[in-house]
Amino acid sequence: MIFSQKYKDRWMKYFFLTVATASVSILVMITLFLFMEGIPIFQKLSVMDFLFGEYWYPTAEPPDFGIFPLIAGSLAVTFLSAMISIPLGVLTAIYLAEIASYQFREIVKPVVELLASLPSVVIGFFGMVIVAPFLQEVFDVATGLNLFNAALMLAFMSVPTICSISEDAIYSVPVSLKEASLALGATSLDTIVRVTIPASISGISTAVILGMSRAIGETMVVLMVAGGAAMMPGSIFDPVRPLPASIAAEMAEAPYRGDHYYALFAIGIVLFAFTFMFNIVADYVSNRYRQVGEATL
Amino acid sequence: MKISTITGIRKKRIQSFCFFLFRMAAAINGLALAVIIYFMVINGWKAITWTFLTQPPLDSMTRGGILPCIIGTLCLCIGAMAFAFPIGVFSGIYINEYARPGKLLRIIRLGISNLAGVPSVVFGLFGLAFFVTYLEMGVSILAGALTLGAMSLPVIIGSTEEALKSVPDTYREASLALGATKLQTIFRVVVPTAMPGILTGGILGISRAAGETAPIMFTAAVFFSPKLPQSIFDEIMALPYHIYVLATAGTEIETTRPLQYGTSLVLIALVLGMNLTAIILRARLRKKMRQI
Repeated sequence: MIFSQKYKDRWMKYFFLTVATASVSILVMITLFLFMEGIPIFQKLSVMDFLFGEYWYPTAEPPDFGIFPLIAGSLAVTFLSAMISIPLGVLTAIYLAEIASYQFREIVKPVVELLASLPSVVIGFFGMVIVAPFLQEVFDVATGLNLFNAALMLAFMSVPTICSISEDAIYSVPVSLKEASLALGATSLDTIVRVTIPASISGISTAVILGMSRAIGETMVVLMVAGGAAMMPGSIFDPVRPLPASIAAEMAEAPYRGDHYYALFAIGIVLFAFTFMFNIVADYVSNRYRQVGEATL
Repeated sequence: MKISTITGIRKKRIQSFCFFLFRMAAAINGLALAVIIYFMVINGWKAITWTFLTQPPLDSMTRGGILPCIIGTLCLCIGAMAFAFPIGVFSGIYINEYARPGKLLRIIRLGISNLAGVPSVVFGLFGLAFFVTYLEMGVSILAGALTLGAMSLPVIIGSTEEALKSVPDTYREASLALGATKLQTIFRVVVPTAMPGILTGGILGISRAAGETAPIMFTAAVFFSPKLPQSIFDEIMALPYHIYVLATAGTEIETTRPLQYGTSLVLIALVLGMNLTAIILRARLRKKMRQI
């Protein structure tokens, strides 16, 4: 009886372990299948031509598979949205962790969480039908579906990520540090700027990186709002076609296991590499520069 | 003395200005949420009628309702959870109850955080290559549900972990002291105590699965399907994809605008409703746990 219980316990431990590795296996499978379906395109053209080719005309004869304009579009949209979402997210986090009263925090936190849960297709739809005509009128531009609009919509999708992770970091700064600063005669603002933020900078950086990672991988918003022109953006009101938008828009019409199909999977590899890199850096930063106790500052 | 008062006043002004900025930032988030919901509600509520909710689309999707989409989304969510919920909960149990800090745990954690970061469209590609093509499921509910399940796994694992962590160690010790094995302790003491928190994770997972579009674009959803799904190998219509199709690909984009708003409102109500439930549930739970 006792023996069988012991065995059962041990077997269950291995069972749980096996299940827990599912996330890792799925990640490995994703990598594997992306490469299996994406690599064949490189028999037709070199990696360099693919990454830095200036023309994306996958259905032309002969087709051009240069994704540089798409990469430029993705980076432009991501950085512009970061310009909006970083201040917004970090300031909100400081407000929540340091300034807000208990009641306000109980209201604002769920609001941020609900913002995070809005389906991307609804935000894209909102950008198309409400924001685009508004931008067109106010800035007198050719089309409201452009880089700026997409960046704006993406910003509101990455603010919750940035905000909640930053808030955790700021919140976990030891109270004694703040008290020491206040006791020395620093104002609350001085304490926030010179003590609290430096002490939580690793967490805030992690938050920013993960927020940008979310923005670069977001699909529906850029598909519906960015305008879809595969060219180098010249101004912030130019239409662009970021990487995820290309995949989502063209996969349906790409012939199965044709060059176009392979090329779209190769774009998937590039996109996956971007977000993977962001995540590894975020993980490294949060582990390497973590504020441990009060002695390391 | 005088100079220091002047700088003192200046400092105070700067501080109140900065605090004002912090408050504004927080307010802008609320405003954004309110504006989006406001426009969807005032434009969408007119479209929502009993017919809209219970009829299939008519006249090449320019009239009629969204019943097949609602059913499709429900099928996908249930399927995704049937797959992801047990795996997520067991993973959470391993991480919180069994794992010791070390290389293995670090790899598992890295895997989860990276899985959470994979772009939704890449999940779509994976689903297409693996479930649809390699496993020969075809474009089907099953393929879509598995893809969505893989995507919502990190959400469920995270919530399960948090829920298990909030169970006081004294519970475990008391159970073990009574002679229960570790397994009995987990299934009869720890998991039941953490159940509301774990279910919250499930709700969040469902709402994530319900709202995503890109993962089902190549794996499950179709523009239009004349019949309701009969088996898990049927292709289906789904709410988010329906919005996308009506808003971008139709020939009558302007005339179907009310349908688009209506569908968006239904989706928002579904997703925000579930999230609100989860948030309230969790708030109550935390309060209860604090009392213990």
